[in-house]
Amino acid sequence: MKRFIGFIKKEFYHIFRDRRSLFILFGMPIAQIMLFGFAITNEINNVDIAILDHSKDATTEEIINKISASKYFSIHQFMDREADVETIFKKGKVKAVLNFEKDFSKKLIRDHKATIQIITDATDPNTANTISNYVNAILIQYQKDWNKDITIAYQIIPRTRMVYNPELKSVYMFVPGVMTIILMLVSAMMTSISITKEKELGTMEILLVSPIKPIQVIVGKVFPYIFLSVINAIVIVVLSIFIFKMPVQGSLFLLAMESILFIISALALGILISTISATQQTAMMISLMGLMLPVILLSGFIFPISSMPLPLQMISNIIPAKWFIIIIKGIMLKGVGLQYLWKETLILVGMTIFFIALSVKKYKIRLE
Amino acid sequence: MSISVRHISKSYKNVKALEDISFEVKEGELFGLIGPDGAGKTTLFRILTTLLIANEGTATVAGFDVVADYKKIRNSVGYMPGKFSLYQDLTVEENLNFFATIFGTTIEQNYDLIKEIYVQIEPFKTRRAGKLSGGMKQKLALCCALIHKPKVLFLDEPTTGVDPVSRKEFWEMLKRLQQKGITILVSTPYMDEAALCDRIALIQDGKILQMDTPQAIVKHYPKQIYNVRANNTYQLINSLKAYEYNHSVYPFGEFVHYTDRRADFNPKDLMLFLESKNLSNVEIKKTEATIEDTFMELAK
Repeated sequence: MKRFIGFIKKEFYHIFRDRRSLFILFGMPIAQIMLFGFAITNEINNVDIAILDHSKDATTEEIINKISASKYFSIHQFMDREADVETIFKKGKVKAVLNFEKDFSKKLIRDHKATIQIITDATDPNTANTISNYVNAILIQYQKDWNKDITIAYQIIPRTRMVYNPELKSVYMFVPGVMTIILMLVSAMMTSISITKEKELGTMEILLVSPIKPIQVIVGKVFPYIFLSVINAIVIVVLSIFIFKMPVQGSLFLLAMESILFIISALALGILISTISATQQTAMMISLMGLMLPVILLSGFIFPISSMPLPLQMISNIIPAKWFIIIIKGIMLKGVGLQYLWKETLILVGMTIFFIALSVKKYKIRLE
Repeated sequence: MSISVRHISKSYKNVKALEDISFEVKEGELFGLIGPDGAGKTTLFRILTTLLIANEGTATVAGFDVVADYKKIRNSVGYMPGKFSLYQDLTVEENLNFFATIFGTTIEQNYDLIKEIYVQIEPFKTRRAGKLSGGMKQKLALCCALIHKPKVLFLDEPTTGVDPVSRKEFWEMLKRLQQKGITILVSTPYMDEAALCDRIALIQDGKILQMDTPQAIVKHYPKQIYNVRANNTYQLINSLKAYEYNHSVYPFGEFVHYTDRRADFNPKDLMLFLESKNLSNVEIKKTEATIEDTFMELAK
């Protein structure tokens, strides 16, 4: 036990004396959460649009006013001719054109039906999609207000309810993802680097020719990073609650436990990486390419898993991050407990045990 | 026997690092492995410290088999790898404390063993190991390897890259450690250090060329060596190499070591030859063979 404590003490010396890594360790979560929260966002703000109004009546004016009053859109210009649509998109400033058909008001009263064409610049499909959703939302709202005073039976009003994120705040979607990335990065990359560093500097040789057991080395390496990762997780959650007003609907205790579980699985992956790489650079490259990319691309963090091709969907199942994101979204946004998340938790536990067993087995007691 | 090596062979892919190596080191002996870089010294050290497994042959250290009882060996030997392998970001004291702890001991417990070495680096005990000079680093590494009072000490090229004064001090320390009953296996590419060992093995290309006490090794040198000196050493070497009866020509400090092929060699003949090559101040004197001469002769 004394040996083990001595080893952990040494690890903390390493961590706290490497100022640059320490700065990355604690600066990165804050920078990332700010970046995703403020800069990289799916929300739209003051998007320039153009109006092509063929009727120019009271109703269209009202709708246009509603749209320009929202903070999402600002009207860049009013157009007269349909032919100008292409040229205006080519200029690139305007992201969408709203095309009101002729006799809009009349048709609405007479047929209870009138059309607006929403033309969006789909070079950025995500933004285009969002714009059309936002315009739709405004139209639905308007329709609702308009119908309020009239009682016509069997009128069908399309209704889209945005559950869990009614304000479509992308930061709510990003926080679980960023948390996953940070924990993965800190845990897996830092441990794999710190173990390969011993190999590279030759200190591993002396550690091997000493009575310290492999399991003591592994746990001793991992322990400080569990501690640091937990601090990181707390920082992320606190930031998202206080700066982005993100609600945590479920139990904080469960969130903490699940995070620790995920941290341990990432650490085990880190050890596994260190067993197959000889230098710190290799370890870093494998961590970045082998862990970060799948976490970002295949975990459902940015791209929804359901819209991936089947083979990728299957691959996403073996990525621990996917399950962790489901779990923390469940806890933070939906407020569900273990009774709904036991399956994902169990999968994560299984993966963790597998990684630990594999890395202990692969840990070399000799040099080759 | 403290170390016993029997028919050890080891190859990496296509390269044969060690070929049928056998030797024994007695308890309390200071045994030197002398050979150039790439001779296989480090591989041998790693096999004996249980870091590598030999392809063929067996070996025991302190009575334990290097494969079957590797854990026991790891408890009872001290190992100083060729590359400086301490934690550069830890201070002198922290390094020493760390190694004491993982060997289940404390600095105080074995202070008498490292005292003489440690007092030299103690003034720098709060300095980070990475900021020490080469000689200091080696002294610290030796302290760390000694802190648990090992039965056998493995030192892989401990004096490489160390200044001559520190080298001398280092060897004096080894002599003192030996008197405390510690078996020491040391490797070095420096031939002058070989004379300080009890016994040495000359090793090259994974084979032991010769093994004996340093005195016996030089005594068995088959030829008479002459120290040759002239006003222009470069030209002297070229001329000697051009001399039809030469057996060996090696620069050796300010002299050139020369041996002749003939049994009835007369230095006067050589003198005349060299003077005919426009060399002046030619001096030819008999000298004793050194380990380097033996090594060069064997490695031929």
